[in-house]
Amino acid sequence: MRHLQIALWGVLPYLVLVLFVAGSVWRYRYDRFGMTTRSSQLHESRLLRVAGPLFHYGLLFVIAGHVVGLLVPERLTEDMHITESLYRANALVVGGLAGVAAVLGLALLLWRRLRVRAIRQAGVRGDRLVYPVLATVLLAGVAATLLGSRAGSYDYRLGVSVWFRSLFELEPDVPAMAGAPLLFQAHTLLGIVLFALWPFSRLVHAFGVPLGYLVRPYVVYRSRATLADRNGTR
Amino acid sequence: MRVMAQIAMVMNLDKCIGCHTCSVTCKQTWTNRSGTEYVWFNNVETRPGQGYPRGYEDQDRWKGGWRLRGGRLVPRSGGRVRRLARLFANPELPMLDDYYQPWTYDYENLTNAPLGDDVPTAAPRSLIDGSPASITWGPNWDDDLGGGPEHLAGDPVLRRVSQEVRLEYERSFMFYLPRICEHCLNPSCVAVCPSGAMYKRLEDGIVLVDQDRCRGWRMCVSGCPYKKVYFNHHSGKAEKCTLCYPRIEAGEPTVCSETCVGRLRYLGVMLYDADRVGEAAATAREEDLYPAQLDCFLSPDDPEVVAAAEAAGIPHDWISAARSSPVNALITRYRVALPLHPEYRTMPMVWYVPPLSPVVDALAGTGHDGEDADNLFGAIDALRIPLEYLAGLFTAGDTVPVERALCRLAAMRSHMRALNLGEEPDPAIAADVGMRPTDIEEMYRLLALAKYDERYVIPTAYASGAGHADATGGCSLDVPGGPGMSEEVFAGLGTSMGAAAEAFHASPLPAGGDDRRRGRFNLFGWDGRGRPDGLFPPRRGEAG
Repeated sequence: MRHLQIALWGVLPYLVLVLFVAGSVWRYRYDRFGMTTRSSQLHESRLLRVAGPLFHYGLLFVIAGHVVGLLVPERLTEDMHITESLYRANALVVGGLAGVAAVLGLALLLWRRLRVRAIRQAGVRGDRLVYPVLATVLLAGVAATLLGSRAGSYDYRLGVSVWFRSLFELEPDVPAMAGAPLLFQAHTLLGIVLFALWPFSRLVHAFGVPLGYLVRPYVVYRSRATLADRNGTR
Repeated sequence: MRVMAQIAMVMNLDKCIGCHTCSVTCKQTWTNRSGTEYVWFNNVETRPGQGYPRGYEDQDRWKGGWRLRGGRLVPRSGGRVRRLARLFANPELPMLDDYYQPWTYDYENLTNAPLGDDVPTAAPRSLIDGSPASITWGPNWDDDLGGGPEHLAGDPVLRRVSQEVRLEYERSFMFYLPRICEHCLNPSCVAVCPSGAMYKRLEDGIVLVDQDRCRGWRMCVSGCPYKKVYFNHHSGKAEKCTLCYPRIEAGEPTVCSETCVGRLRYLGVMLYDADRVGEAAATAREEDLYPAQLDCFLSPDDPEVVAAAEAAGIPHDWISAARSSPVNALITRYRVALPLHPEYRTMPMVWYVPPLSPVVDALAGTGHDGEDADNLFGAIDALRIPLEYLAGLFTAGDTVPVERALCRLAAMRSHMRALNLGEEPDPAIAADVGMRPTDIEEMYRLLALAKYDERYVIPTAYASGAGHADATGGCSLDVPGGPGMSEEVFAGLGTSMGAAAEAFHASPLPAGGDDRRRGRFNLFGWDGRGRPDGLFPPRRGEAG
């Protein structure tokens, strides 16, 4: 049992991190053409116009919540005079809403994908693996948020978060994670799997987030000469 | 003054017979792949008519092009923040139904159907999901005004023309409008691309999509008011008319021009002042946009312009090509070519000589002499229907430039008829339209005789000018990993067409040899299945 815990919480995260970084580099170098949203809006738009933003915006808030929950130590919020109950209420309301939005959006998107024949056929093989993982990790996360909001229940900021931060100190605190309830462990493990799948699935499109657009001039000019150089040396 | 060169096109609509040869050859060349079944980089639509995709000119609905907000140009669909906020679903994206659901026929059934009393049929099948299809719309459903007045009601240009015009269906007129990408000076598709994958080429102004940088956000599809950027639903990337740049670079006309039966397309260089484009596109009154764009163009005969062009690095043969450019002659010298929908503020660079034929036909129908100058001038003025409609297409509603162009074409008819009949042409005809008889004869040579070498004046400057050492490499699609058809594909043409088609869709990677391409897989031709050789780097110890 102890060996399994070490393998899961002490070794696996690093393996997946290497896979994630190396896989992304490989994808960028060898398959830039394949990095796309693979949008199916051309086939169906009415559902997507609701479900797409619902899922993605929900997910953005969920990610923001994870950043706060995992990286900010409990001491810091206490110093800022944010009481435990206030923190938990906030996590429940904002996190819960964001999580439910993401789950609802994903459910609509999956239903749409299964219902509309053209979209179902447009899917690629990797999707069949990614969608179940994504759905379970979301459901487990929402469940953990809702259950973890009761007073006196497991405080992940003293367990999971400590383990997460210890990963970056290259001294993984395996017991901190091993002591977490099964729901949190399942959510974390599936999250790790998601990162392993990331570079090799359509999830890579998240790397394409076009923030540069905000500061770019509207019309882009490029020279044929520079293009030829780039292709020649690549 | 910042001089830039642009390869531009002019189409003489009087000569278009609506044969769709340009569309078909273009499709065979560029979009005969899965994911682009519905895509026509070149299409020919009957006007009045809805066009392709249906009603694309209705910018209240599609939000393509630019608009003025407090004197500043912003994409009609909103600025940068608004665009990023709508990244996850593009509310203005046309659906496949707005183009058409592509289909094929179940030909196998003709040979495989069991023996029975009925003759087997080839039933239509959707090219998207293979299910039985009911065909309700196609890329040219209202060709030749087919389908009647109810389809005409969907023409956004006709809707803006007065009520009485719309009711006179029996007396209606029609002409064909071939359309490709406009390769605009102020392209709104480029402006709305969040990834920066779309760009305008500095050397020749061709607007292209970098397939490696496109992430499939689909903003360009709705941002283009002409709906000439398409989404490949198989690869998840935007694709558009390339002005056949591999051919242009080699000094050859585009496929649509080369194969045009009516010989109505003209290709040539235009010089323009890039510093003036933004200001011109922001002209307040829409009717002033056409003259504003004319002001952007620079005369290659002006020594000042030539000096500035050479300072800007434009090769000498490009400047001399601009001097003999048929496009420049039709746009700025004779002023018979007009831009398509200047009111979109994109400064389009595919211009049209408006058709005089509907006027001549109407005149001849009433028993008058359709080639008499006075008759024609009078008819152009009296026949408000074609004039207002053409103005809605080409000058944002201002009938004066359209009338001037049509009168010049009418004067050309009368003048040349007199010459051909051995009569002395009346110099007043030319004077009426502000031209000299020699101008008219030169214009006649360009428009009517339309010699190949005079229609297409395309400099092959890349090899000779600007000092690009690598320009000797020939076709720019042929870079390692590029989407070009390599020699191996052409080799396939010799054996059989089937093999060639297969080679085009499959990996053009040679089985062995050619070190340059080792370890590369051409994803442009990938069908998305399996694990092709060359997608991954070779294993250690594995023979390459």
